[in-house]
Amino acid sequence: MRLALEKRDYRSTRMTVLVPIVSLLISFLLGAVVLAISNVNPLQTYGAMLKGAFGSQTKIQYTIAKTIPLLLCGLAVGIAFRLKFWNIGAEGQYVAGVIGITWVMQFWTFLPNMLLLPVGMLIGVLCGAFWGGIPGALKAQWSVDETLTTLMMNYIIIGYAEYLYINAWKAPRGNMGTVRYPEFAWLPRIWGRVHSGIYFALILVVILWFVLYKTRWGFELNMIGKNRRAAQCQGVSIKRNIILAMLVSGGIAGLAGVIDSAAVTHQLTKGVNSGYGFTGIIIAWMSGLNPFVSIVVALIMAALETGSDALQLMKLPAAMGEVMQGLILIPLLAGSIFTEYKLVTHTSHKEATV
Amino acid sequence: MSEKNTDETPVVRMVNITKHFPGVLANDSVDLTLHRGEVLALLGENGAGKSTLMNMLVGLYRPDSGEIYVKGKMAEINSPQDSMALGIGMIHQEFMLVGNMTVAENIILGMKDLPFVPPMADIKAKITELSKRYGLQVYPDKVIQDLSVGEQQRVEILKLLYRGADILILDEPTAVLTPGEARDLNEILKKMLAEGKSAIFITHKMDEVMEFSHTVQVLRRGKSVSSCPTNTIKRVQDLANMMVGRDILFSLDRGPYKPTDVMVEARDITVLPIGGGKPVLDKVSFSIRGGEIFGIAGVAGNGQQQLTEALTGLLRVDSGTILLNGKDMTNKTPLQVIKSGVSHIPADRGRMGVVGDMSVGDNLSMKKYRTQELSSHSVINRSWVRKFADHLIDVFTIKTPSQDTSVKFLSGGNIQKTILAREIDSCGGILIAVYPSRGLDVGATEAVRQNLIKQRDKGNAVLLVSEELEELLMVADKIAVMFEGRIMDIVDADKASTERLGMLMAGVEREDV
Ligand SMILES: Nc1ncnc2c1ncn2[C@@H]1O[C@H](COP(=O)(O)OP(=O)(O)OP(=O)(O)O)[C@@H](O)[C@H]1O
Ligand SMILES: [Mg+2]
Repeated sequence: MRLALEKRDYRSTRMTVLVPIVSLLISFLLGAVVLAISNVNPLQTYGAMLKGAFGSQTKIQYTIAKTIPLLLCGLAVGIAFRLKFWNIGAEGQYVAGVIGITWVMQFWTFLPNMLLLPVGMLIGVLCGAFWGGIPGALKAQWSVDETLTTLMMNYIIIGYAEYLYINAWKAPRGNMGTVRYPEFAWLPRIWGRVHSGIYFALILVVILWFVLYKTRWGFELNMIGKNRRAAQCQGVSIKRNIILAMLVSGGIAGLAGVIDSAAVTHQLTKGVNSGYGFTGIIIAWMSGLNPFVSIVVALIMAALETGSDALQLMKLPAAMGEVMQGLILIPLLAGSIFTEYKLVTHTSHKEATV
Repeated sequence: MSEKNTDETPVVRMVNITKHFPGVLANDSVDLTLHRGEVLALLGENGAGKSTLMNMLVGLYRPDSGEIYVKGKMAEINSPQDSMALGIGMIHQEFMLVGNMTVAENIILGMKDLPFVPPMADIKAKITELSKRYGLQVYPDKVIQDLSVGEQQRVEILKLLYRGADILILDEPTAVLTPGEARDLNEILKKMLAEGKSAIFITHKMDEVMEFSHTVQVLRRGKSVSSCPTNTIKRVQDLANMMVGRDILFSLDRGPYKPTDVMVEARDITVLPIGGGKPVLDKVSFSIRGGEIFGIAGVAGNGQQQLTEALTGLLRVDSGTILLNGKDMTNKTPLQVIKSGVSHIPADRGRMGVVGDMSVGDNLSMKKYRTQELSSHSVINRSWVRKFADHLIDVFTIKTPSQDTSVKFLSGGNIQKTILAREIDSCGGILIAVYPSRGLDVGATEAVRQNLIKQRDKGNAVLLVSEELEELLMVADKIAVMFEGRIMDIVDADKASTERLGMLMAGVEREDV
């Protein structure tokens, strides 16, 4: 008997649902192995993580608060991925957003109090869009590879942010971080730690779903992503759409940064490169670029992050949570084979094959 | 379970093969037998199940039931590697070459038993030797995407020869070839048969069936309806009749030639190749009037594709002017060209014509989604799209389980029909059709030609690029012949002769005649 992969005659819908779920289970299994090697009881650890993420009202609130920027980053990356534009720069676009809003909060004091937050958010989003638009334009105009540019631009903007909060914009007291935003310009909380940024995220999910699946532009993005040359023949401008999609993608990543700083950190300081942008890549991929599915995936990712704080109680490094996130992606990528192929067993006829 | 291996043992025997796809019974208890040194022509309408049957022989699909015997032994073919090991190789309807790799790389791609670092020099030498032996001109270092379709096909054939296949399956190999190239292919086939190889040959061209094959087998809606020696067939009509189960009228209904204003005008269009060298298009000038079908003849790769891409805004011209409906449209974007009323049936249907991973309905609406007919205020109206697509599927008899099926699951001819339906339906005055009947069965070919004529009779300007002189003489009002990027001459179709056009296509100037 031998095993072989056989191409499916058609894409299996059952598999597209099953694969992420099974991959998730497999990655937890893999995680269990890693945990066991580290000399802790995996079940106990997972129990602790679950409790750490959802064990009490405050913990749930923490998890949801983390879900918000993660969801936004997942949506941002997803838009670019639709075009097969590999934007791995959501992290940098996120930071650009934080810099943008911080700039307004610090220096646009001439604005009436009421306008400070909206204007700050807008400028932050524009900064994110700008930072995403550059690699988009480079790709559109000169076919510069986007994986490199988006990645490199992360480091540029993170370095710049460091310079700002350690040096140029440092608050008079303390050794790093800007002055906090005035309290009237914070995004209000609605339930404990959960803040009103959640409305932005959820509304955006609906808007994006509508735009991507119902509008002409969504149709065009779909065409480009699936066959660039054919889209071009149908009069769809590839250049224009790459730039547009990257402006939107960068803008949404910027919005994630804007919301998190206006609602949670209230300043630009160490830790602004939170890794949300990178986790967004996993979220976009796992959700199959579907905005609604992204909500669930973002929640799982957030739970992994908050839950991993509990790991420290088990005398494990919190980085274990990141290990788990990485572990999720591997079975998922491997698993995507099964949506296109199926595993078949062959009883071998030795005499049958010449 | 082995049969006795005598000379009488067929090299391939498929028994009772059945294959379902969602919503389709593609093959229904089909039997097929191929003998050593035999060419079997497999015929049938678009979607009859020919490609499916052959794909099972090369391990791309597995039959739901039935058995396959190769050279007398029952074979379990689960992958193209398995079929290659049995000496079976296939040239697919849609080529399976990797565009950004070289000819040599494509030929060895997927081969087992290669050292980790392939000895490229030896490989290239062997390719060159094989190409000399069979008279197939290819350059091992060229990149696939720079090759014409005809050249790509030569690479496909070489790939099989390189791997030592002795049972060749050719799925519509001549659909993309010029008559000259088709004759070359015939020569190559003969050489291979003389060496004891055998072939199964899918085609829609009846004269080729009569000329190349020993046996004819006809599929109709997945069932094998007849199989007989070619020399027992008296008339081409009989073949067509076997395929569709009724008589086909080989006549076109065309109104008188009433040309109106000039709608397409090209003045001295010149396109230079990227690396420098001879121009791809060299001062091409012509004009097309409304109510006129302007044919372009020529061996593929003489600039026809570049010409149509320049006209549709897909390729920048270096000098010259393009006027559409009197407006200067030189180097405008494809969208601007579309908006000025141009429809385009491209040469490369898989890469340029359709988005395989999108549904038939979506593909049909890819021109009109941006109009009031299918959307309002930037939002596509799904129910309008459904109605619109169902209507086109009906009018153009596209065979598909539903409009939600991905286009890549349609048969080759039905993919082409999808493009035709979309472009002909949305035509706003100018129709540019490049090999529009490629891959279509006899019935559908007639329908396309009739459709082109209908456009002309409506007063539209039609540019028809074709490699079949017969088609051009039947359909076109004027015929231009292209050779090496130039227009050799433009003649009235009713005064043109095949010989004269043939000479022009070979590059013989008027004065030399
Ligand atoms: N992978 C697939 N999934 C679903 N349906 C398929 C698939 N491949 C083929 N079909 C269906 O099976 C039928 C037979 O298709 P096939 O490609 O064998 O036709 P064909 O005889 O080669 O036609 P053509 O002359 O147009 O190439 C068609 O109705 C087609 O839609
Ligand atoms: Mg076919």
